[in-house]
Amino acid sequence: MEYRDLVIIGGGSAGMAAAIGAYNEGIKDILILEKGEFLGGILNQCIHNGFGLTEFKEELTGPEFASRFIEQIKEKGIEFKLHSFVTDISKDKVITYTSKEDGVVMVQAKAIVMAAGCYERNAGAIGIPGDRPAGVLTAGQAQLFLNEYGYMTGKKVFILGSGDIGLIMARRLTLEGAKVLGVAEICAWSNGLNRNMVQCLEDYGIPLYLSHTVSKVIGKGRLEKIVLSKVDDKMQPIPGTEKEFEVDTLILSIGLLPNNDLLNHLGIPTSRSRGSLVNDKLETCVPGIFSCGNVLHVHDLVDNVVEEAREAGKNAAIYLKGEEKKATSEIEVIAGDGIGYVVPGKVAIDESLENITFKFRVRKPSKNVYIQYEQNGNVIKKVLKTAIIPSEMEIQKLPRKQLADESSPITIKMVAKEM
Amino acid sequence: MEERDLICIVCPRGCHLHVDKDLNVTGNFCPRGAVYGKQEVTNPTRVVTSTVRIDNAELPLCPVKTKDPIPKGKIFEIMSSINKVEIKAPVHIGDVIIKDVAGTGVDVIACRNMEKI
Repeated sequence: MEYRDLVIIGGGSAGMAAAIGAYNEGIKDILILEKGEFLGGILNQCIHNGFGLTEFKEELTGPEFASRFIEQIKEKGIEFKLHSFVTDISKDKVITYTSKEDGVVMVQAKAIVMAAGCYERNAGAIGIPGDRPAGVLTAGQAQLFLNEYGYMTGKKVFILGSGDIGLIMARRLTLEGAKVLGVAEICAWSNGLNRNMVQCLEDYGIPLYLSHTVSKVIGKGRLEKIVLSKVDDKMQPIPGTEKEFEVDTLILSIGLLPNNDLLNHLGIPTSRSRGSLVNDKLETCVPGIFSCGNVLHVHDLVDNVVEEAREAGKNAAIYLKGEEKKATSEIEVIAGDGIGYVVPGKVAIDESLENITFKFRVRKPSKNVYIQYEQNGNVIKKVLKTAIIPSEMEIQKLPRKQLADESSPITIKMVAKEM
Repeated sequence: MEERDLICIVCPRGCHLHVDKDLNVTGNFCPRGAVYGKQEVTNPTRVVTSTVRIDNAELPLCPVKTKDPIPKGKIFEIMSSINKVEIKAPVHIGDVIIKDVAGTGVDVIACRNMEKI
């Protein structure tokens, strides 16, 4: 058995930022476990630009953003192990991992930061009717093949789902000579960032089919055709609206889910974000186990990931130093009408607390609405939003002094502004 | 110049811009939006990101980008120059891979540190 103060699961943007956050608070005995070949995680395959505007005040590509953190990890001498896949975490914080060099290893940690990122929903998750040929793959998989290994996944491509990676792959495949025939989105609105609609689709004349889905996959061996259908308001294909496209590749950009099995196995409750339920210190119900980044809730921007992860690392350090303030009470946070999820799910009230930061997503694009904070049915704060969309995570602060009391649950909901 | 409604692509915020006949920009949250709005209706530019083949490195490709935005109409010409290049490790972030690509005056630079194996 090895012994460590802090073990961080994942060496991507969240894991590296968490390590730096803890290091800067005086914790030096840190181990980062990374399953892949390199530090940096998914940033390495995101070769497009647009990262770092908040963090570095400049626009970087994914690999450039990652390298700034990798350099900090190396300068500080923070230990990391690559090719190390964590298979189990126990309640008393024993981590089991397998590694190319060391075989199966067990480490006793005093604190753990979970930073394992997210995974993509795949074809099985949505059960498209039809054949099961080669040529149907997720956007992230296509991105990895193309950008890190140089394999084109096809020449005639259709994309299902308007998530950002799908839009970015539409542009990337076009630049490399593929013909992208269209992007279908089952919702009536796009799920990608506005800027990606412009610079990935409009720039290249790629059509976006809103309220459409792929209703059939056709192909023996290799994908030959897909059938596109319009959907009704229950998201069911409407008979008679079918349109065929001859394609050799169907790319799925249909959502990301926190890769949180390890903490789920521990019986830690889950939030509506599908990550673990945490308090405002990003700590789960097991003291000393923290969670951050896309394993906690899927972010749009890496800048927000690293900020959250540094906070988790810092809080882990405070825990390790025995400097956590004793909570006088705990408030439950409820995602009410119109809100998809809220992080954190609980607020631990202690003497250090001044502002509570809430991160959440609305369920539907909406205009002229209030984000309303309530306790016991009374409104304690409301924020007017002239426009709000699900694909952009909302970050809002609630000053502690605005709480009606320090024990009743807080409900966050979206209500229409009376005109 | 015609009036145009644009979505700003400078950052993920995606402001809705309006550019009037005299190139006055409204709807921008920050000054960079005004610069973008003006640029987009007069001479639209983009940063091109791609990869080049690399020898003797842990991976077969090295990510690259144009150091500055280039005119939109030059994108495919630049892609074809990028696709002809083959480099050797080691290479470091900021190293010039193609000087003055497609006569734009802009260099293509490396975006990842890749050591020799």
